[in-house]
Amino acid sequence: MATKASRSAARLMMAPAVILLLGWMLVPLIMTLWFSFRTYLPLRGGDLGWAGFDNYVRFVSSSAFWPAVQTTLVIVLGVLIITVCLGIVLAILLDQPMWGQGVVRILVIAPFFVMPTVSALVWKNMFMDPVNGLFSHLWRFFGADPVSWLSDAATPSIIMIVSWQWLPFATLILLTAIQSLDSEQLEAAEMDGAPHLKRFWFIILPHLSRAITIVILIQTIFLLAIFAEIFVTTGGAFGTRTLSYLIFQRVLESQNVGLGSAGGVYAIILANIVAIFLMRIVGKNLDN
Amino acid sequence: MARAVTPRRKLINTGLAWAVGLLIFFPILWTILTSFKTEAQAIASPPIFLGFDWTLENYSVVMERSNYARFLWNSILIAGGSTILGLIVAVPAAWSMAFVPSRRTKDILLWMLSTKMLPAVGVLYPIYLLFIQLGLLDSRAGLVIVMMLINLPIIVWMLYTYFREIPVEILEAARMDGATLKEEVLYILTPMAIPGIASTMLLNFILAWNEAFWTLNLTAVNAAPLTAFIASYSSPEGLFFAKLSAASTMAIAPILILGWFSQKQLVRGLTFGAVK
Repeated sequence: MATKASRSAARLMMAPAVILLLGWMLVPLIMTLWFSFRTYLPLRGGDLGWAGFDNYVRFVSSSAFWPAVQTTLVIVLGVLIITVCLGIVLAILLDQPMWGQGVVRILVIAPFFVMPTVSALVWKNMFMDPVNGLFSHLWRFFGADPVSWLSDAATPSIIMIVSWQWLPFATLILLTAIQSLDSEQLEAAEMDGAPHLKRFWFIILPHLSRAITIVILIQTIFLLAIFAEIFVTTGGAFGTRTLSYLIFQRVLESQNVGLGSAGGVYAIILANIVAIFLMRIVGKNLDN
Repeated sequence: MARAVTPRRKLINTGLAWAVGLLIFFPILWTILTSFKTEAQAIASPPIFLGFDWTLENYSVVMERSNYARFLWNSILIAGGSTILGLIVAVPAAWSMAFVPSRRTKDILLWMLSTKMLPAVGVLYPIYLLFIQLGLLDSRAGLVIVMMLINLPIIVWMLYTYFREIPVEILEAARMDGATLKEEVLYILTPMAIPGIASTMLLNFILAWNEAFWTLNLTAVNAAPLTAFIASYSSPEGLFFAKLSAASTMAIAPILILGWFSQKQLVRGLTFGAVK
């Protein structure tokens, strides 16, 4: 049904979206690339000329770089492990017959709709505050000394906050995937006397593998970029400076745009490596 | 998939699921409860769960002191404006890709998705600089544009997956019956597309409302939405738990309610149709 006229009309209808996104992608990208090869200090003389690969070398060899990489890895992996494992358990639990399933679902999903600054601040002050936080009351109740969570155990605290935010996402997607599982297959296995663990291992988990992969990939892309949770809680102190937070500090706080831009290029490359895998899965899905 | 189980098993499931659900929801519940306490009761040791004197004082204090209405208005304008603008751009694009697909449609869709993967921090300074040059820093118009652009791939994708589910046969049948193009769009396509457009709108509004990288970095006073308003409570006001809770409750309540309507769409929108 696609005539020549409708094809050119289709192209015209697509044009605004394509042009806008092309501009949104290319203009800042080219500027970042350009800055990354310049010595550019807006508050200390501006653009001071060509820098070659200096910024790239300096960004990687700065004493803040490897700790930032480590923190990023710890946070991303920690959150992924917690959300995916708990997400699978929760999805299976929520799939069971029960009373009030809809309400429980709503309770579990709710954290995803809380804006990052609110969840960071509520956790920081009302739960993790060493004097008045709820955890400190709990610790004292059991006779233990309250912990200064965000200074003594800063990275685990942030992992906990971010996991709370992302657990609903993992649960919801895995639940959707479980619900598409053919229940006859499970019942057949049950009748054949396959124990719970075997049923989980050989039927449920393989069925979920694609959904798990998607959860991991999408979350990784978002987790590499977490910002507000660190900005509000520790401001990058106590070993919670991730790679993206380091770049933010270089660019806006110390106004070393050349150096920050080189870091930005690294971050873009890193995100693209993850993105390629995600796109493959999504692309395959388009063909069906 | 209602499987037959014994009542005892169902009871155990119910108890367990409710316990976990309440545990996960607890921080939100605690925030809402604390917002109705006095400051002294909010930090009382041991903590008071329900037996406190309910008061609305915190809400009025927060409203008065921090010009809450302006932040709320900014949030509504930025999230709403970017959603509407995004739909205006995305509906025709998704439409043509769903109904007049070409060899390149798939590549274009995947490329659009790839722009969403660009880490914001990598392009922070260029955008910051462009905003200064164009006089858009700390302006609602600037944020509407940025929000629209970062969510455009998701809008196009969601609409595309919805539009593709509209059967082409219906269109052909209408044409056979002599429907004009105007009638076709007005009486057949629009009613079938509206649910998809509505859920796309809803999810996009939520995402824009909660976005906290660009809103924190590109606003100061005039255009700051609720995300920035809450961040300003970081300290020392953040230690006034009751007021912090009231401010937080007001910032999240509208979205919690909208969010509950959009659970199903959330999966489709955030997995780009890969999980349905």
